Amino acid sequence: MSDDKPEADKPEATETEAASTPPPSTEADHTVRTTETVATPEERSKLQLSDEPKPDEPKKNNSHDKHAPAAAHDHGDGHDHGLAHTMPIALLFGVLGALLALTVATVAVTAIDLGAQGNLIVAMVIATVKALLVCTFFMHLLWDKKFNLVLFLTSVLFLILFLGMTTADRAENQQAIDQYRALQLGVK
Amino acid sequence: MAEPSTETRGSAKPASAPPPPHTDHGHDDHGHGHEAHDPIHAANPHLAHHFDTPQQQFDAGKLGIWLFLLTEVLFFSGLFCAYTVYRAMHPEVFVYAHYFLDTKLGAVNTCVLLISSLTAAWAVRNAQLAEKKALMLNIVITIACAFTFMSVKYVEYAHKYHDGLLPGKAFQPKEQIWELKSFRDKHPEAAEYAEKLAKLDEKKATPPAAAPAEAGKTAPAEAGKAEPAEAERIERPTEEELEPLLAAGLVGPRSLDPSAHISRPRMAHVFFGIYFFMTGLHGFHVLIGIGIWVWMLVKASKGHFGPAYFGPVDFTALYWHLVDLIWIYLFPLLYLIH
Amino acid sequence: MASPSTTADAAIPQTKGADDNYLTHDKGFASWAFTLDHKRIGVMYLASILTAFALGGFFALAVRTELWTPGETIMKHDTYNQMFTLHGAIMVFLVIIPGIPAGLGNIILPLHLGAKDVAFPKLNLASYYLWIIGCVCMLTSLATNAVDTGWTFYAPYSTTTQTNVLPAAFGAFILGFSSIFTGLNFIVTIHKLRPPGMTFFRMPLFVWALYSTALIQVLATPVIGITLLMMMVERVFGLGIFDPALGGDPVLFQHFFWFYSHPAVYIMIVPAFGVISEIIPTFSRKRLFGYQFIAISSLAIAFLGFLVWGHHMFTSGQSVLAGTIFSAITFLIAIPTAIKIFNWVTTMYKGRIHLDTPMLYALAFLWVFTIGGLTGVFLAVMGVDVHLHDTYFVVAHFHYVMMGGAITAFLGGLHYWFPKAFGKMYNERTGRIGAIIVFVGLNLTFFPQFILGSRGMPRRYYNYLPEFQGLHQLSTIGAFTLGIGFLLTAVSLGRAMKNGKKAPNNPWGAVTLEWLTTSPPPYYNFHTPPPVTAGPYDGYEDLVYDEKIGGYVAKKKA
Repeated sequence: MSDDKPEADKPEATETEAASTPPPSTEADHTVRTTETVATPEERSKLQLSDEPKPDEPKKNNSHDKHAPAAAHDHGDGHDHGLAHTMPIALLFGVLGALLALTVATVAVTAIDLGAQGNLIVAMVIATVKALLVCTFFMHLLWDKKFNLVLFLTSVLFLILFLGMTTADRAENQQAIDQYRALQLGVK
Repeated sequence: MAEPSTETRGSAKPASAPPPPHTDHGHDDHGHGHEAHDPIHAANPHLAHHFDTPQQQFDAGKLGIWLFLLTEVLFFSGLFCAYTVYRAMHPEVFVYAHYFLDTKLGAVNTCVLLISSLTAAWAVRNAQLAEKKALMLNIVITIACAFTFMSVKYVEYAHKYHDGLLPGKAFQPKEQIWELKSFRDKHPEAAEYAEKLAKLDEKKATPPAAAPAEAGKTAPAEAGKAEPAEAERIERPTEEELEPLLAAGLVGPRSLDPSAHISRPRMAHVFFGIYFFMTGLHGFHVLIGIGIWVWMLVKASKGHFGPAYFGPVDFTALYWHLVDLIWIYLFPLLYLIH
Repeated sequence: MASPSTTADAAIPQTKGADDNYLTHDKGFASWAFTLDHKRIGVMYLASILTAFALGGFFALAVRTELWTPGETIMKHDTYNQMFTLHGAIMVFLVIIPGIPAGLGNIILPLHLGAKDVAFPKLNLASYYLWIIGCVCMLTSLATNAVDTGWTFYAPYSTTTQTNVLPAAFGAFILGFSSIFTGLNFIVTIHKLRPPGMTFFRMPLFVWALYSTALIQVLATPVIGITLLMMMVERVFGLGIFDPALGGDPVLFQHFFWFYSHPAVYIMIVPAFGVISEIIPTFSRKRLFGYQFIAISSLAIAFLGFLVWGHHMFTSGQSVLAGTIFSAITFLIAIPTAIKIFNWVTTMYKGRIHLDTPMLYALAFLWVFTIGGLTGVFLAVMGVDVHLHDTYFVVAHFHYVMMGGAITAFLGGLHYWFPKAFGKMYNERTGRIGAIIVFVGLNLTFFPQFILGSRGMPRRYYNYLPEFQGLHQLSTIGAFTLGIGFLLTAVSLGRAMKNGKKAPNNPWGAVTLEWLTTSPPPYYNFHTPPPVTAGPYDGYEDLVYDEKIGGYVAKKKA
């Protein structure tokens, strides 16, 4: 670290790379702002950094970096391979089967009349089950980082907020509109 | 310059040859320009310079596409909101209109999209395992399904055009709903009753020469009250006869012309506006999806995808699943109202 | 500076010389038009946004000139409608919403994170070109029977007026996508490209602000997209969703519109909060007080901002139930906002204040934004709003927060990061004078409008009762003062770009990561991300001013 010191006063003079100002402090209690050059192994161990530049990233993929087919092992069981989980084919078809069955069901159930509200609820429930199947399996959410799920649920939440508030507001007024209309018709 | 990256599908560009080492050209080269001393970038020609590992690139891309899907959900939310408000306030419009829609074609489209979702998800698996032929086949099938969907949609739209069921100002239905097979099958008595009323209206519209004074009289809004001359021919309607007509806004205060015997709901055109807008916007997204799948097909044919780089296929498939998801909701909301 | 372990980096041949930076690295039009460098994209945004600002300002001056006397002064009433519409639409969609995130954020965000670029550089460039396309669409409307609906495009007027609404609405639609993609990019960048050791609670507050803003951009903007699309389709095909003559509901349009446009105002102000959070600690030479509170409050404001859109609709025919809910939640937003203000003021307490130009803007912000924000709370009270809605009181309120808040912070940030982005120091004296003139002009323009509004002067009227003339004239004088202040600032910065003194790496003695690079930074920012072990506002005491270079350097350890 000491070889950085003489340059501390003249950062401009040593711009072989993009230089900077505060050299790394050796005292652990001060702000450690190293230059943007690579930290020395000493610094890294002090900061308890691994070699991996991003500590929150998984460190497992070096063996899969080669850009070549790696079909050597069996992927039917859907284990994690490389960057993400692989879907087993059987599961894919299973989900499709369920989806098609639900589609048939939702059409078939129109034969039964449960009242306007009831029909809508049943249709939406079936649609939601289908949607959940697509999201969880086809869209991989079951094996994905949970944050993506959070994002998707947030969008649904905001959708409900928007629809709910607006419909509630308009519903409050619909009575008045209907009364006015009835009045109009009465007068005519 | 050839910059490989796996950004969100809106702007992913095809990656060509890996950047040549040792030259200082723009954004590619920098501290990592020397592949010799950066094994990760050297081993992964599709790894963009600003990412450190393929995992980071993939995760970033995944997060990006999910954010984009979030925006798509909110984009369609406006239409779903309009639908919800109008259906809540004017249920008769929706009942009226759904008789004009072909449930079978809608169901076919649903199944077609579901199958395409399967092939899309399967394609992702193929890409992960670098199964080039299977990948290309699955993409082709996905595209084929998409084309089928659009063709069925075209057929439906053509029918609507033919029947005058266009949105907004152009709404001029050529048929009455009691003339439709879907209505007659479900409510045969109501259809008959409606026919009788319609004939009555016709008679009134072309009055016999003997009674010109009656020509101007319009029947009262209440179905069931008949002209005295016809009283013995039209009886009071039964529940079965009247209820579907009321529910569809053909009679009653919500109809377009409450003084006529048979009319149609005042706001019928709003449904078709919403219908065309929702299915049209959805179809537009299908078209864009086709374009992107074609692009993926091209990339796949060049052998770009493998265990370290399959992001674009994965992200395209996610987009495609969202398109499917939206249709999963559109189908019951537009076609299965009852 | 190279330590032995950096032999790998030292082995890279420096083909362009020691002074190479992102501005000089590649030359030619194509190197800018097709750049993927976030800094260059940010610079292009700045140039475009400031040009749009000048155009919007021109329309503002046209409006204020017309209002010098009651009745027709320089234009007819129809033209007046077009003037205020263009002023509003340009300022909102082309200037303030992209302003700080796309202009300053693009340049600074990756530097704050020690990253080489944003997560999706090509998407970034696409965002910029979408802005350009949106701008062209708006200009099309401007040039051909300009839209006169007000920037709010209320139906049914917008679906029936004969003016050229479609290009303007379509332009706003495209600009929405520009905004969405910027937000998307920033969220992924912040999640995935942070340096080792930089947890979320060690990020600079500008980054927190950009993050909160990006969340709003991504969630809210699609709704304005679909709203504008629906309005355009209704205009062309007569859909009947908004126009009562066609069976539609105009209040529905307002719900759709404000569901985005209220969060939009938070898109405008939250990045400004971030800029202020950067400036105040630096120029107080003191650690920011209540870092975590300010960070969380940005998220809280973003979230609450989605729940209050109905406060724009108290007098529109919205139900009383909805109005009450919206009113109550609007009061809540004052809380996280106030927390920020208190924390900033507390940061300054017992600090060593340097009244450089950025700090002057920040202080102006505190004053002006507090007034603007508090008057927002007045308007949140339904009973009061019934009287003040559609009066100049509202106009004054939002100009205080948008001009006095967002624009003031934008200018402060521009001056703060100007040396870093362009490698030149601006003239401090003209900078300060500009800031003071802007502050005076701002208050002179908009304070009288509070009075005008509370006395009943309606907004968007070109004609008014003679009793209002004095205040209107005061306001117009203020507007031209503002114009002079902006002009002076523009000239000052323009001259600095050409002939400014060379800027040191760290002219202000700040401690966030961008100040570790050269001014301007190299095109790759950092070879490797600098490891981070402390909060973003720690370490002022480790820096000392060096006269020779005119900037701060690390203190020599004895």
